[in-house]
Amino acid sequence: MELHSNIPSGPIADKWDKHRFDMKLVNPANKRKYDVIIVGTGLAGASAAATMSELGYNVKVFTYHDSPRRAHSIAAQGGINAAKNYQGDGDSVFRLFYDTVKGGDFRSREANVYRLAQLSVNIIDQAVAQGVPFAREYGGLLANRSFGGAQVSRTFYARGQTGQQLLLGAYQALERQIHDGSVEISTRHEMMDVIVVDGVARGIVTRDMVSGTIQSFTADAVVLATGGYSNVFFLSTNAKYCNVTATWRAARRGAGFANPCYTQIHPTCIPPSGDYQSKLTLMSESLRNDGRIWVPKHKDDARGARDIPEDERDYYLERFYPSFGNLSPRDIASRRAKEMVDSGHGVGEMKNGVYLDFNDAIGRLGQDAVSERYGNLFAMYEKITGENPYETPMRIYPAPHYTMGGLWVDYDLMTNVPGLFAIGEANFSDHGANRLGASALMQGLADGYFVVPLTIGNYLARITKNPIPTDHAAVKDTEAEVKSRLDKLMSVNGSRTVDSFHIELGRLMWNACGMERSKEGLEDALRRIPQLREEFWRDVRVPGSASNLNQSLEKAGRVADFMEFAEVMCHDALTRDESCGAHYRVEHVTEDGEARRDDENFAHASVWEFNGVGEAPSLHKEDLVFDNVQLSTRSYK
Amino acid sequence: MRLTLHVWRQQGPNDQGRLERYEANDVSEHMSFLEMLDVINERLTEDGEEPIAFEHDCREGICGSCGMMINGVPHGPKTMTTACQLHMRSFKDGDEIWIEPWRATAFPVIKDLVVDRSGFDRIIQSGGYVSVRTGSAPDGNAIPIPKEDADAAFDAATCIGCGACVAACPNASAMLFTSAKVAHLGLVPQGQTERWDRVRGMVETHDDEGFGNCTNHGACQEACPKGISLDYIAQLNRDLIKATLKAKPVGAGKDA
Amino acid sequence: MRRVATLYRTTVGKKVLMAVSGVVLFSFVFAHMLGNLKMLFPASDGHFAMDVYAEYLREIGYPLLPHGGVLWIARLVLLAAVGTHIWSALQLAQLSRAARPSGYQKEDSLSLSYASRTMRWGGVILLLFVIYHLLHFTTGQAHSSFVAGAVHQNYVNAFQDPGIFLVYLIAQTALCFHLYHGAWSFFQTLGLSHPKYNHLRRPFAAGFAFVVFVGFLMPPTLVLAGVIS
Repeated sequence: MELHSNIPSGPIADKWDKHRFDMKLVNPANKRKYDVIIVGTGLAGASAAATMSELGYNVKVFTYHDSPRRAHSIAAQGGINAAKNYQGDGDSVFRLFYDTVKGGDFRSREANVYRLAQLSVNIIDQAVAQGVPFAREYGGLLANRSFGGAQVSRTFYARGQTGQQLLLGAYQALERQIHDGSVEISTRHEMMDVIVVDGVARGIVTRDMVSGTIQSFTADAVVLATGGYSNVFFLSTNAKYCNVTATWRAARRGAGFANPCYTQIHPTCIPPSGDYQSKLTLMSESLRNDGRIWVPKHKDDARGARDIPEDERDYYLERFYPSFGNLSPRDIASRRAKEMVDSGHGVGEMKNGVYLDFNDAIGRLGQDAVSERYGNLFAMYEKITGENPYETPMRIYPAPHYTMGGLWVDYDLMTNVPGLFAIGEANFSDHGANRLGASALMQGLADGYFVVPLTIGNYLARITKNPIPTDHAAVKDTEAEVKSRLDKLMSVNGSRTVDSFHIELGRLMWNACGMERSKEGLEDALRRIPQLREEFWRDVRVPGSASNLNQSLEKAGRVADFMEFAEVMCHDALTRDESCGAHYRVEHVTEDGEARRDDENFAHASVWEFNGVGEAPSLHKEDLVFDNVQLSTRSYK
Repeated sequence: MRLTLHVWRQQGPNDQGRLERYEANDVSEHMSFLEMLDVINERLTEDGEEPIAFEHDCREGICGSCGMMINGVPHGPKTMTTACQLHMRSFKDGDEIWIEPWRATAFPVIKDLVVDRSGFDRIIQSGGYVSVRTGSAPDGNAIPIPKEDADAAFDAATCIGCGACVAACPNASAMLFTSAKVAHLGLVPQGQTERWDRVRGMVETHDDEGFGNCTNHGACQEACPKGISLDYIAQLNRDLIKATLKAKPVGAGKDA
Repeated sequence: MRRVATLYRTTVGKKVLMAVSGVVLFSFVFAHMLGNLKMLFPASDGHFAMDVYAEYLREIGYPLLPHGGVLWIARLVLLAAVGTHIWSALQLAQLSRAARPSGYQKEDSLSLSYASRTMRWGGVILLLFVIYHLLHFTTGQAHSSFVAGAVHQNYVNAFQDPGIFLVYLIAQTALCFHLYHGAWSFFQTLGLSHPKYNHLRRPFAAGFAFVVFVGFLMPPTLVLAGVIS
């Protein structure tokens, strides 16, 4: 596997401009001759599809949902960062770049992050022009709020539904192109595999989820915008359908998978209430702006929150980190919460949470102002728990939320398989070992609106066009593999449900490769995952038929891929013998309990090459060079 | 608690379909409604039966995937709540619950509780957007928008496209859905240029898709998990009347 | 006309027609109700107030128009409004049936108010009533002692019979519900909404319906009670 990051030369501030000039262009009249497949219609996929078709490419879009608007980007609550400096509080492109690299604990690629910070301002303009109803001040100008890991106010938001509003903007832009006939969309189509012909990505195989038909689509380039893999833990804040299949199938076809162990745990989620729990609900991190986090000082305190006097409460984040306090970065806030619960200070019926208290904010700002900012989040909390957060503090606990790892891509967002691009959460490029709040929407839209529509031209302009017929041998082979795998899943007819396997895998991964990792735990997981996978293929039960809507079969295929992928994740976590960002190895901790990086040996992206199921993957490294940000130990004290 | 469920089972679009009875024991009040169905489905699978097909994804009330009639009410008894956020504490021991798919000509049943809502996408395709090319946007603060207008636009824009309005409406009208988008874009300056074409196009597609007419019952507003107001339908009507009666011949420019 | 036709082709257009014809009928009903209040006025010069008023209606516009000219024009307009109202109702009902051919096994009428649910059948009842009412007081076939031109007399004779009173009571109740949903619906359909006044629309509709209900039923009640003779 060869990894060329293709970072343009020159000063960091000029790289993107220079690259845009250096890139080969496709003549406007020729663009319609190129077919591009885009898988996924979240922020990245929908915006890329809309923009590429505006440019003139022939775009085919695929989603497993009934409508592009259902993609999980819709659930992002808090906001989107942009270096607009509308507040005049000292923000700049460089500061956003710096904060992102630092927040990512120096494990991201500088050039990509700088470009992201540059493009952030265009995203806001684009979204506003589409009619996205961002929050505004009384003077009619855009409002901002601050977010974890930043000391400036640069987050744009639409109440607690920023992801929804941005996705609807991109979705509407996409629907407009569909109406114009320049995008062809296939809904309820799940991508089952990538078609690679002579080492080049040339299409995908899909399953029509209503009829069960297996079909191939060929193109000149394939863009995967298929999100992250937090559901490897079964319980996460991701939507139930989120899965690793598309990116994992690409990895099986030769694409390198980078930093799979970088999985972010979100500090503010509602703790589980029982064994039947199917997913965890996130409460926007923006709540930490006005909420104060605390636990009772006494272990196993059985009193109600309001009965615990002020001097018997431990506002531990404010105690540990006086300058950032409740706004300390996600990984730190998460680990500290786990520490509190593990040491017996947990709150709630199951003693599995910490308090997030708005009493002071309500006293300071009034209930109306608090409700204006967080009303819908409070309502959501009450629906789920039956408790009113205006009266009793919320109970929160960390949960898997976002995955920084993903397919390795170069500066053009192309994987090491020519013609195969990965954008949004599906790639690994911008967040390093930890993503800052309100940066996921920014990256998805930067990739989709502004990067890949241009860089794909740089690829297409260099290839010689040779259409692949759908009866080409490579196409037929891939189709046959997909069919035989589905047949196999249908024919096991064992005794255990798909979910029971998924839950077991999830528990195993959460314990071994979740918020804290250890050598022993990971080695144990690497022994147990193959056993579980073997049992899955021997004893799973998929009822119904493969030739109509079969949600069990859909799940089974995804869980089967998680079973293979989980192993690579543990390999990565084990090999990365340091702590950095969200990757926390108990062996590498400072006296304060913070992650201890090892820049000498691990300032690289770990890229894994698939060698076959059950075979150890091979490790390739992309060294990370920091010319513009001084490597330092993160300190939020 | 113990519950008796009557669930609509239908193999495919051409199957007749019928209600099947299931007993649900050991239901916890902390479960969400969909988690209760998960538990039933696990049991059905273990018994070698096909689980109940229902749509769901985010399970936090925002993706709009889930939706079913629960005792004759879209998304069930709790107002402003989607089925995925409905918790079993809204029911009591011994309750009987009827679960049926949305029913409308424009929403044909695919299987069990899953219906085809693609008509909504086609309504959006007919004008539910602002035509702005990527990269051509002016600065975000170039056009100030009064806070109350931005807030009102946001309220309209919170529609999740779940289809509860259609399911609740005795005429299976999708006017609430359509008007929410017309109102959202009609309330911000960016949406003015195409305002009249938008409302004409969207209503035409609404009708072509086979959705019924609005007779101002207000059931949609009651059923809407996001509290979209009936007032937006009045606004749509006003815009449509204006757009149609003032329409200029084709080629006379976009602004009617 | 082409634009009106374009509007009519939409479901909204059909509703607009419904609303506009409804407004004509509202105005008529309201004027009719005011007219009926003449029953409460005392006779002067041996002429009942109601009879004077009835005669006046025939004379409006005379001599520019022939006797009863305005009355006939009004009747034609009303007939057209009734026709349009029924025609749109039929069209819309057909659309509804096509959009929702099968209902739910378990029904819950949610927020559907009694008034909104009974618009269609209430409308049918009103149509039947109007036919009876015309035969009763205009042409007299359904009246036991009809005397042409003696409006007051016909009125009093009729409502002394509790059976007839009951028929009118039922019809007025149906009208009241129909007007309530109709008046509110009219604002919605024609897009007469404004955030400032929207909260007044329902009370207005209810008030209007109630005033018409009381206005129409007060004189017959007094007749039945023997106060008017």
